[in-house]
Amino acid sequence: MIRSMRIATLALAALVAAFAAAPAGAKDTVKVGFIGPLTGGNSANGLGGRNAADLAVRLRNADPKAKYHYDLVVLDDECKPNVAVAVATKMAAEDDIIAGATHYCSVTAIATVDTYHKFGFPVIVWGAVLPDVTYRNKYPEIHRVNGTMINQNEANAELISKLGYKTVAVIHDTTDYGKGHNEYFSKALAHIGTAKIVGTFGVTADQQDFTAELTQIKALHPDVIYFGGLTPLGVRIRQQMDKLGINAVFDGTSGIVSDSYIQALGPLAEGTLAFREGAPVDKLPGGKAFMAQYAEQKYAEPPEAYGPFAYAAMNMILDSIEKVGPDRKKVIADLANVKDRDSIVGKVTFDDHGQNTVPVITDFVVQDGKFIEWGDSEYASGKRKLPGQK
Amino acid sequence: MIVELLAQYVMNGLMLGMMYALVAVGFTLFFGVLDVIQFSHGDVLTVGAFTALAAFVGLHTLGLGSRWLDLVVIVLAATLAMALLGMVIARYFIMPLRAAPALNTLLITLMLGTVLREAVRLFYPEGANPKPFPALLPRDAVALGAFNLRLDNVLMLAAGAGVIVGLQFVLSRTRLGLAIRAVAQDEETARTMGINFTAIVLITFAIGSAMAAFAGVMNGLYYNEINFGIGLYLGVVGFSAAIIGGLGSVYGAILGGFLFAGLQTVGAVLLPFASAYKDVFAFAVVIAIMAWRPTGLIREKISERV
Repeated sequence: MIRSMRIATLALAALVAAFAAAPAGAKDTVKVGFIGPLTGGNSANGLGGRNAADLAVRLRNADPKAKYHYDLVVLDDECKPNVAVAVATKMAAEDDIIAGATHYCSVTAIATVDTYHKFGFPVIVWGAVLPDVTYRNKYPEIHRVNGTMINQNEANAELISKLGYKTVAVIHDTTDYGKGHNEYFSKALAHIGTAKIVGTFGVTADQQDFTAELTQIKALHPDVIYFGGLTPLGVRIRQQMDKLGINAVFDGTSGIVSDSYIQALGPLAEGTLAFREGAPVDKLPGGKAFMAQYAEQKYAEPPEAYGPFAYAAMNMILDSIEKVGPDRKKVIADLANVKDRDSIVGKVTFDDHGQNTVPVITDFVVQDGKFIEWGDSEYASGKRKLPGQK
Repeated sequence: MIVELLAQYVMNGLMLGMMYALVAVGFTLFFGVLDVIQFSHGDVLTVGAFTALAAFVGLHTLGLGSRWLDLVVIVLAATLAMALLGMVIARYFIMPLRAAPALNTLLITLMLGTVLREAVRLFYPEGANPKPFPALLPRDAVALGAFNLRLDNVLMLAAGAGVIVGLQFVLSRTRLGLAIRAVAQDEETARTMGINFTAIVLITFAIGSAMAAFAGVMNGLYYNEINFGIGLYLGVVGFSAAIIGGLGSVYGAILGGFLFAGLQTVGAVLLPFASAYKDVFAFAVVIAIMAWRPTGLIREKISERV
């Protein structure tokens, strides 16, 4: 109690000081929003995204040429659809928040599109990969800087086939997200035609025990276990594969590309495959500068895989507001005409669904506790071998 | 090949069943002495698992600890702390409500469970995230074809069985057990026989909650990961297991626990539409069993209708 009083006093003092320090004729303050999973199993990605969005706002506020001063409103969707709709409504209903960079989890992004549309609240999705988020409807409010799971699953199927693997067992969570991964991966693999799927297992998104599924998979002797889902489940499945002595390639999606996957698994993470849209941070046009500025702010958490996307999404919002003023309708109109706009994730072009058309997919493999680009890895050069790699 | 796979399924099922049974026994013990359903029991398990993790982290910040010392310390810390928590819950939340309708007890323990769960989430450092749990047992494994027999699983099963046998011994062979059984059968008579009713109830809650803590540690060691939600699911499963076994019967709870694990495994393995529906299948069978034998598979000798 005493402590919270002290914090309140400090906050008040800071507020007063801020007002006092502001020169006469100061810039108008404009509010922008960020939503991501800040707690729960996927919070590492959410916090990284939040920091990156915060970085975009801070840099803009430090820029003397900026017309407005920006305040970032941050809300937590917990990667749960019901929570996401509640916080999305809260953000969209607040008229002085102009636009938002929203959602890492596909289940939350797809659950909230109608809310944003209803309120006429422009958002740029910064991490969710389910195609339906942009493609199910044609809402002018919804945009996305990152690519969809269609492209990454094509790249995934291509690599698996190229490496000569013949049999794949699929595990996916039974949310829209996991089902989408299953669908697009299965299609892509069938299209290439050299490998076949020997079994498909749907699991709930908070399941703890996978021994029954994995024992069945073990009997099928697949070369590869494909997993369409997010980090917490990926960690459990990889761990329990080891307990059951299953020696197959663990092949994940962008959902497991995060430092927390490696932290939780330690050496067991070695040799895991994963795929993500866009180039890795250090190969992005503005990647080096982004990392340097991020490090300068001394955030407690790393930016994670989708940090640059959150940064880019927030930056585009700020650019639009600078250009057309703090008005939701005008921002939507401005975002409708984004073509070859420069960002740290490369040139951004929104199609008529607000989807950035990024063709680049990066293949990753975990090597010595890091997600390394496949092409640069010792697995590609043949120095190390994945299970069953020829 | 088939035999080895079968062995693997049985092993998986046994591990699950052991955890379920340990939780279910708690439910049945509490019901025995006080005729109440302690719905925060699952969350006591969570708190127990997190206590164990905190003890482990503590040991390592002090720079102490070898594998076996760690193991002993975390098990002791978790079970003792939860025994205490169980007694506190019984003494200050359940016993004062003895005269009130049973619904009140149900409600208060349900709410208490939420408080415990949320407290872990909010007050344990980064409690909302899944926590890696140290693998303290030897990880040696023997591969018999498709059957991967792991030493840690065997040790955990043996320890779990030891706890259950120990409990059975206490209940059937000691004066304490006699007193617990007397209280369970008839409170008034037990009192007139000179049994300290309050003390027996508290001890029973201590035993049951310590077993939940043990199951929590086992859960952590088995999956090498714990999160604040584990108790919710294990609580529901443990409660169902206690019900189908027959509330009030220790054997029934154990049977119920293993039966439920078996159902889940069968559901995941044999159903054509695969594993996504294994819980639906297991709980549907529980409903069917309840319709068939409302008092459970093993009935209490003196049946009390609630």
